[in-house]
Amino acid sequence: MRTIEAEKITSLVEKLCIEACCVITDDIYSCFKNCIKTEKSALGREILGTLVENADIARNEQSPICQDTGMTVVFVTMGQEVHIEGGFIEDAINEGVRRGYTKGYLRKSVVRDPIDRVNTQDNTPAVVHYEIVPGSEFHITVAPKGFGSENKSGLKMLTPSQGIEGIKKFVIDTVSQGGPNPCPPIIVGIGIGGTMERAAYMSKKALLRPVGTENADETLRGLESELLTAINNLGIGPAGFGGTTTALSVNIITGATHIAGLPVAVNIGCHATRHAEGSL
Amino acid sequence: MSERRVLKAPFTDDVVRSLKAGDMVYISGTIYTARDAAHKRLVEMLADGQPMPFDFDGQAVYYAGPCPAKPGKPIGSVGPTTGGRMDAYSPTLIAEGLKVMIGKGSRSKEVVDALKQYTGVYFAAIGGAAALMAKCVKSAEVIAFDDLGTESIRRLEVEELPVIVVLDYQGNNAYERGRCEFEV
Repeated sequence: MRTIEAEKITSLVEKLCIEACCVITDDIYSCFKNCIKTEKSALGREILGTLVENADIARNEQSPICQDTGMTVVFVTMGQEVHIEGGFIEDAINEGVRRGYTKGYLRKSVVRDPIDRVNTQDNTPAVVHYEIVPGSEFHITVAPKGFGSENKSGLKMLTPSQGIEGIKKFVIDTVSQGGPNPCPPIIVGIGIGGTMERAAYMSKKALLRPVGTENADETLRGLESELLTAINNLGIGPAGFGGTTTALSVNIITGATHIAGLPVAVNIGCHATRHAEGSL
Repeated sequence: MSERRVLKAPFTDDVVRSLKAGDMVYISGTIYTARDAAHKRLVEMLADGQPMPFDFDGQAVYYAGPCPAKPGKPIGSVGPTTGGRMDAYSPTLIAEGLKVMIGKGSRSKEVVDALKQYTGVYFAAIGGAAALMAKCVKSAEVIAFDDLGTESIRRLEVEELPVIVVLDYQGNNAYERGRCEFEV
């Protein structure tokens, strides 16, 4: 049995909230720079240049990349031999969010109830996903999610007969309908299989895969490449003003599903798809 | 890029008529932030016959809910939010004299019609470039709905805020045109 103090979890989450919101990950930053070389629209190149400049300012001044510092999504991978001492794990995580969003001058965008819509003033509660694994590791990824892109995401329960063509059509239709709204160039997270909620979870998790890395599965690698080309052929372009850079990456995760079903979830991440991770 | 075209806010009809979908321009002067909750409240107040927190005539609203200001700074990161969520309210405000909207993303046919009828313009600021845009804000003051926090109405003095014309007063749409040009 390994013991971890709840306070250490709080401190880690606090630090990761600020880091995720202010420092763009290297993979996305390099991708912006590469896309400036390939983008065919002059205005598109100008916009990509602005995103690089914005990322530099945010990093140097420790100010948020985007004012929508999101609803805080937290992925916890925890070994089953870990024991948390000094408080309930989810309280510790929420306290970290509270401190991070306050000390980091991040925007508080969470309302306590979807109907009465009163702001909680500290960006809690976070959406926390737990994965219990063998051993004694403890790993946290903080992925603040803005809602300009979240609102353009979608889920559909396809039937098995619709197959791969149905999947492609749903993904491309979802991106096409989003148009300029989710702040392209986007990252497209796709979850295929499972149950309804499992597909959505996989699509969110798919957004964490670094841009420029390849899917380990050959079939999915081909599908990702084909979808990326089709999405960039839509012409939406940087900030939606037309161009050849609509998506930076298409990331797919699949999972076992039912004989009668083919759930597909598409989670759109904006160009500031943020995440920061750490271990205890 | 050629020399920057800087526009003074608030706006006259002549300036609005000179703008074409796709133009990149810079705004200097006074603008007001307002987003979902503030729009809902403004339109409810209008329906009740209550006075508005500022005179809309020729003015620009920026759909933005900023991050908190760090000590010594006028404002935190302040990029645009999606304009479409204000579609239900914008035609009413445009009819009251509002001339300019700054946001991001598509708008409804009703908004396009109102821009044509009242000679208005819808700009997009670059979504997500919020740290850069905070540097264009020289001062910020909450003038209404303080209880709404980030959604309160702020009067901003801005210097060369970069924006692109999405919808001009003739109803031309830079998103549609740009996408057509690059669609394969």
